Amino acid sequence: MNIGFELIRKMLAPWLKEASLMLKLGLAIVITIIALSITAPLLTQYSPIIKVGDALRPPSTKHLMGTNNLGYDMFSRILYGGRTVLTVVVSATLLSMCIGVPLGLISGYYGRIVDRIFSIIMDSMYAFPSLILALAIAAVLGPSMVNAIIAIAVVYIPTYFRMVRGQTLSIKSLLYVEAAKAIGARDLRIIIKHILPNLLPTIIVVFTMNIADAILTEAGLSFLGFSVPPPTPDWGADLRAGHEYLLAGYWWLVAFPGFMIMLLAAGFALVGEGLNDILSLRGAEKR
Amino acid sequence: MIELEIIDLKKYFPVQKSFLERLLAREKQFIKAVDGISFKMFSRQVFSLVGESGCGKTTTGRLIVRLEKPDAGKIVFEGSDITFADEKQLRPLRRKIQIIFQDPYASLNPRMRIGEIIAEPLIVHSIADKKEAKEEALKMLENVGLTPPHMFYRLFPHQLSGGQRQRVAIARAMILKPKFIVADEPVSMIDVSLRAAILKLLMKFKTLYNLSILFITHDLAVARLISDTIAVMYLGKIVEIAPTEELIDNPLHPYTKALLSSVPSLIRRKREKLVLKGEIANPINPPSGCRLHPRCPYAESICSREEPKLIFYGNNHYVACHFPLVNRRY
Repeated sequence: MNIGFELIRKMLAPWLKEASLMLKLGLAIVITIIALSITAPLLTQYSPIIKVGDALRPPSTKHLMGTNNLGYDMFSRILYGGRTVLTVVVSATLLSMCIGVPLGLISGYYGRIVDRIFSIIMDSMYAFPSLILALAIAAVLGPSMVNAIIAIAVVYIPTYFRMVRGQTLSIKSLLYVEAAKAIGARDLRIIIKHILPNLLPTIIVVFTMNIADAILTEAGLSFLGFSVPPPTPDWGADLRAGHEYLLAGYWWLVAFPGFMIMLLAAGFALVGEGLNDILSLRGAEKR
Repeated sequence: MIELEIIDLKKYFPVQKSFLERLLAREKQFIKAVDGISFKMFSRQVFSLVGESGCGKTTTGRLIVRLEKPDAGKIVFEGSDITFADEKQLRPLRRKIQIIFQDPYASLNPRMRIGEIIAEPLIVHSIADKKEAKEEALKMLENVGLTPPHMFYRLFPHQLSGGQRQRVAIARAMILKPKFIVADEPVSMIDVSLRAAILKLLMKFKTLYNLSILFITHDLAVARLISDTIAVMYLGKIVEIAPTEELIDNPLHPYTKALLSSVPSLIRRKREKLVLKGEIANPINPPSGCRLHPRCPYAESICSREEPKLIFYGNNHYVACHFPLVNRRY
C-alpha cells in the first residue's frame, strides 16, 4: 500500500512541481470524490435504496446526512450517487470524444465537401442550448442510464469537432506535415502520426472541461426525470425529490446533493484550467 | 544526361479577399509566383536558383517535389512527365526526389523522436521493418555527424540546436538514397559559423549518392561556392542562366550585376558597382515588358513594351534582356 503510494507520488512528481494551486486543488477534489464513490460499501453500512430509518430525520451520528422523505440514508445515497454521476458523465464525454475527434480530423484534413457537410451538421447541433438538446434526445429514448449517456454524448460531439477541425486546419499547413508528404506518407499516417499527437494536449484539456459541463447537464437531466429511473441514487434526482421539502425546513435533502454537484463540476473545471496552463506553457517552451 | 527539365512552368496563387471585396470584385487577382520558367538540369550537377525573397524560387522548388500543383507547363523528371501526377503516381517518385526545408525549427514533428523521424521514410515505403529501420537510422545519424547516435536517437527535436536539426532533416531526406534533392535555403536560418559544415555535409552526400541538387538561395556567395550552374530569378521569371564562373565573371543582366554588387567582399574589387533603385515590384501587377525596367538604370522605351526572351549568348550563357551588358564588358 505504502510502496504503491510512493510510486505514484514519484511518477507524478515532475507534474506536481509545475502544477499550479488550481490544478492541485482540482485534482484533490476529483480524486477524493472518485475514491469515495469507489469505496462506498466500506464507508457506509446502509444500502442507498432501502428504507433504513424514520423519514426526514436531520443529520445525526447515525445518519451523517440525515434521511430523506422515504427513510433512505442520505449519506449512502450521496456516495453511491457519485458512482452514477461519474459513470454517466465520463462514459458520455469519452463517447463524444471518440466520435468528435475523428470527424474533426477528417473534416479539417480533407476540407472541401466533406468539411462542408460535417460543419453544417455540427454547427446546427451546436446552435441548440445543450440542456434542451439533451432533454429532447433523452425524452425520445426514454429514461435509462444508457440513454442518458447517449443524450449527453451527442450534445458534446460538436465541441470536440470544432476544436479538432480548427487545430487540424492550422497543423496541416505546418512544415513537418509537408515534410511527411514529401517523404511519401499516406494521409492516414499523416493524420495519426503527425497531426493527432500534436492535438493531444488540447484534447485532454477540452475533455476535462467537458466533464465539468456534462456534470451540470446530467444533473439537469435527472432533475427533470430524464436520467436514471428511481430509486437509483443520483444527485440530480435527489435534488428533485428533496426540493419539495425545502420550504418545510428539511434543508439536508437538497443541500448535500447540490453541494456535491457543484464541488465535482468545480473540481474538473479546476483540473482543466490547471492542465491548460501546464500544457500550453510546455508548448511555448518548445518553440 | 538531363535529369530534370522544366518547360514554361507557371504557378499563380489567388489573392485572398474579404467578403465585401468579393461582392464588389471585378475580376480575380493572382500572385504570379512562377510565371513561365524553363531550364534543364544535368545529373550530378548542383543547380542554384538565386533571387530576392518573393521572386518565386521557393515555389519553384515546391512545384518540383509536387507539394504544389502547377497551373501550366511541364516538369519532366528522368524522362517522365510528373507535372500533373496524382499522389498515387507520385509515391514511387518521392523515393527519388527529396526536399530539405529552410526552417529546421518547423520541419521536424515536435512529438516524434529524432530516430523515428529519420527512420520514417523507410517505414512509409515499406523498405525496412522496424528493427532494420532503426539500424539504418542509427547509421545515418552517425553519417550526418550526430554522435553518439544512440543518444540522439532518443531525443526530441526541441532538445537540439538549429544546426543539429538541419542535420536531422538532411538525414531524413538522404535515408531513401534519393537521386534528386531540392535544398530550399538549407543554411539561411542556421548560425553563420555552422553553415559551412552543413554545406559540406550536403556535398558529401552528393558524391556518395551521385545526387543532383537544386539549390535555392538568396545568397550568391553560397551559390558560387557549391554550384555548377546558376539561374537568377526576378519576379517569377528567370533572367539569366550560366555556368557559375561565367555568371560571376560576366554578368549580362543588370539585375545579376546588381546582385553581385551587393555581395560583401573582403577583397577590394575593381568591378564597378550597380545599385538598383526602388523595391521589388508587386507580383500581383508586375510591370509590363521587362519586369525590371522601373528599377533598371539602362532601361529604354522598348523595355516597358516588350518582354525580353531568354537568348543564347555563347558559353552556355542565356540572358533575358534587351540591352545585355555584353557591350559594356570591356
